[in-house]
Amino acid sequence: MDFTLHIWRQHGAAEAGRFVTYPVRGISPDLSFLEMLDVLNEELVGRGEAPIAFDHDCREGICGSCAMVINGDPHGPLPGTTTCQLYMRHFANGAEITVEPWRARAFPVLRDLIVDRAALDRVIQAGGYVSVNTGAAPDAHALTVSKQAADAAFEAAACIGCGACVAACPNGSAMLFTAAKVVQLAMLPQGRPERARRVIGMVEAMDDAGFGNCTNHYACAEACPKQIPARFIARLNREFLNAALTSREFVELARPHEHEE
Amino acid sequence: MRTPPFDPHTPEGPLAEKWQRHRAEVRLVSPTNRRRYRVIVVGSGLAGASAAASLAELGYQVDCFTFHDSPRRAHSVAAQGGINAAKNYRNDGDSVERLFRDTIKGGDYRSREANVYRLAEISNQIIDHCVAQGIPFARDYAGYLDNRSFGGAQVARTFYARGQTGQQLLLGAYGALSRQVHSGQVRLHTRTEMLDLVVEDGRAAGIISRRLTDGRIGRHAADAVVLATGGYSNIYYLSTNALASNVTAGYRAYRRGAWFANPSFTQIHPTCIPAVEDRQSKLTLMSESLRNDGRIWVPQSAHDERSPADIPDTERDYYLERMYPAYGNLSPRDISSRAAKAVCDEARGVGPGGRGVYLDFAEAIGRLGRRVISDRYGNLFQMYQRITGEDPWQTPMRIYPAAHYSMGGLWVDYDLMTTVPGLFAIGEANFSDHGANRLGASALMQGLADGYFILPQTLGHYLAGRPPLAAQNGTAAFEEAQAAVEARLKRLVAVGGRTPVDVFHRRLGELMWEYCGMSRDRAGLEQALAEIPTLREEFWSGICVCGGSEEFNVVLEKAGRVADYLEFAEVMVRDALAREESCGAHFRTEYQTADGEAQRNDAAFAHVAAWGFRDDGSAPQRAIEPLSFEHLHLAERNYR
Repeated sequence: MDFTLHIWRQHGAAEAGRFVTYPVRGISPDLSFLEMLDVLNEELVGRGEAPIAFDHDCREGICGSCAMVINGDPHGPLPGTTTCQLYMRHFANGAEITVEPWRARAFPVLRDLIVDRAALDRVIQAGGYVSVNTGAAPDAHALTVSKQAADAAFEAAACIGCGACVAACPNGSAMLFTAAKVVQLAMLPQGRPERARRVIGMVEAMDDAGFGNCTNHYACAEACPKQIPARFIARLNREFLNAALTSREFVELARPHEHEE
Repeated sequence: MRTPPFDPHTPEGPLAEKWQRHRAEVRLVSPTNRRRYRVIVVGSGLAGASAAASLAELGYQVDCFTFHDSPRRAHSVAAQGGINAAKNYRNDGDSVERLFRDTIKGGDYRSREANVYRLAEISNQIIDHCVAQGIPFARDYAGYLDNRSFGGAQVARTFYARGQTGQQLLLGAYGALSRQVHSGQVRLHTRTEMLDLVVEDGRAAGIISRRLTDGRIGRHAADAVVLATGGYSNIYYLSTNALASNVTAGYRAYRRGAWFANPSFTQIHPTCIPAVEDRQSKLTLMSESLRNDGRIWVPQSAHDERSPADIPDTERDYYLERMYPAYGNLSPRDISSRAAKAVCDEARGVGPGGRGVYLDFAEAIGRLGRRVISDRYGNLFQMYQRITGEDPWQTPMRIYPAAHYSMGGLWVDYDLMTTVPGLFAIGEANFSDHGANRLGASALMQGLADGYFILPQTLGHYLAGRPPLAAQNGTAAFEEAQAAVEARLKRLVAVGGRTPVDVFHRRLGELMWEYCGMSRDRAGLEQALAEIPTLREEFWSGICVCGGSEEFNVVLEKAGRVADYLEFAEVMVRDALAREESCGAHFRTEYQTADGEAQRNDAAFAHVAAWGFRDDGSAPQRAIEPLSFEHLHLAERNYR
């Protein structure tokens, strides 16, 4: 198969970027999208040109490294699919394909298609866990968890942290990402003691990192390669509201100076 | 620096009491003193993240390095099937003793009894801890944890979270690590790669790193260095490993005096999607858990080109069920892989190139219904369909073995310390617990046992005997190591050829797969030893890294890793050559039983082989650590 690629090239964070057009020929339909870029990159290296830099690693749809906007869609046209699991058989022969990095205020471009997603880590650092020290746990069967709750928690926990939700959102919001972790832990008894503290901390970190707000476009859920449902955002809002209205933690977190007195 | 013979420092006492006794006897660092010690953890997978988090919880100052943009991307994330523990929640006769025995036997009696017993003992605590972290393991309708079976076991002891157990466990460890980053106890260095180990006065004193985004070289001093840098199976180019997985940290430590144990012990996983394209970049694993319900078969007759649906049951050979009736489709990985190769060598393989066997769910779908199968394996079916374009609900999957896991790794003693005092290796990066073959769902168990429960005890034992902050990064040893790293980067940049680095990686991979893969023999291994130096020379005169070292240069990163593979390959081959027996995944065709099983030679090879680097350019030195079996009787593995 033959394709014409329009790919964003940008040497460094401080430099201007531009689209460069590359024809690729004789591509097998059984190559993945990233393998097609590998072929192009080998050609570029053969000509002494710098290859296109892109994040990738596991190439089986789970590490969340790969991140490119393909013809306007984060991870390309297939629902529930990461870029690495997209195959050239999913494109028409002769197609023109535009490839760009995630675009969001919180994700500065580092080089070509690689962006800095450390802001997502900061959201997790602000509370996306159960604060249990190693060695403190009771027997695993000390608490039962209904299958329904465990399955719902899993559905949320399937997030791979790729950032497609942010890239898809017109506001560059990370609400779906944040919701996934908040909901996972809110569904489980182990996560309940910290639920107020967690949601307040994570939402604050999300705002601080420069992510926008949710205005109910649901483009995030459309783009999510793990198909995390948009209803989790409603659940996040509910968790936040509950924490804000009823929790003493919120009072302490929101007005630390008063608490210190 | 230690010299051979190496003492594993196994504690005295009855097997079942060794670890508890050792814990009672190790030196401790008092809580107020811990903050005065700095520990470097390289890697953020299950082992690295769990170790960094647990050490920080204890109060040590931790620096954690990952070459990924986030710790959550470490390749542990891709482990699918599950994690073993001896909970016996199923009342099916499981126990610590049985998990221990299965693991020793699975490893074909090439691992240490005391280490494996400790692993089995700790397995239960891991499940407790992970549940407390909020990991959404599969549960039954009563709300209790569900289990499934894995290869090499006749009990159901594997805990799982659909086909994403590694991801869920890693996110738990990542959460614990993130909590410590938030509190300031861990300094996280993302997109930063370790390029050398600094050894001073015979002890690990720190590392030299390169920040990938701008090429900045860093010098980091610490009281101890922990390598949790994973495995090196993608030396075969096509493997189930992530593309960035590499041997560089371990190999650089080896060059600085850490001995490398059993480097040739590589697991070839039986259930991967076969290669169909010569430009393919990786092979995708289909979880072994599929073998709980899928039946493996090939046509009975050679060159049978019919579609699977047209081959009646009577003309199919369910060869694992036939050859190993006791374990059937759940035979251990090494045995299942070799059996697949054998039937394909008889021209009974299916799919393009005849390198594939069927994994068929028709019977299970009929017996259990589509819904149950979908609950168990839905995401795997979807993944298979996405990659191959074929629908496993309609037609059997095709699978073939692929390089998957490194049982070999840096030699460590019972305390997980390498032969360089102060340098520890945990998880897949060490060699310790899996012998010559790892059982399914044991890698996650080992990585987390090392990181959460073992290292936090044994590292303190080392530090307690040392003054804190003994190492400084301005010393001659750091200067020398930094200069060596910079010189090597400069050399890579200066080659200035026109051949992509991947071309050499592919050629090395083909060579290693051919001569040092699923089966090996003397002639082939000697051929490999002759070819590797030539390939290395061509690499050093032919590559192009297309840019400098003081910028974000993804080709340069890869070139450094492939350059190390090109040297390390020789150590692997020498190890395979010197071990004149077959055991587990190491199958020398010269040494097999009449019915084609691995023939061990316990009189001559019941040992760990460790390799030491010699800086005069001569071949590495081989030393052995004898394995003594006091608790178990050395027996032929029998899964029939």
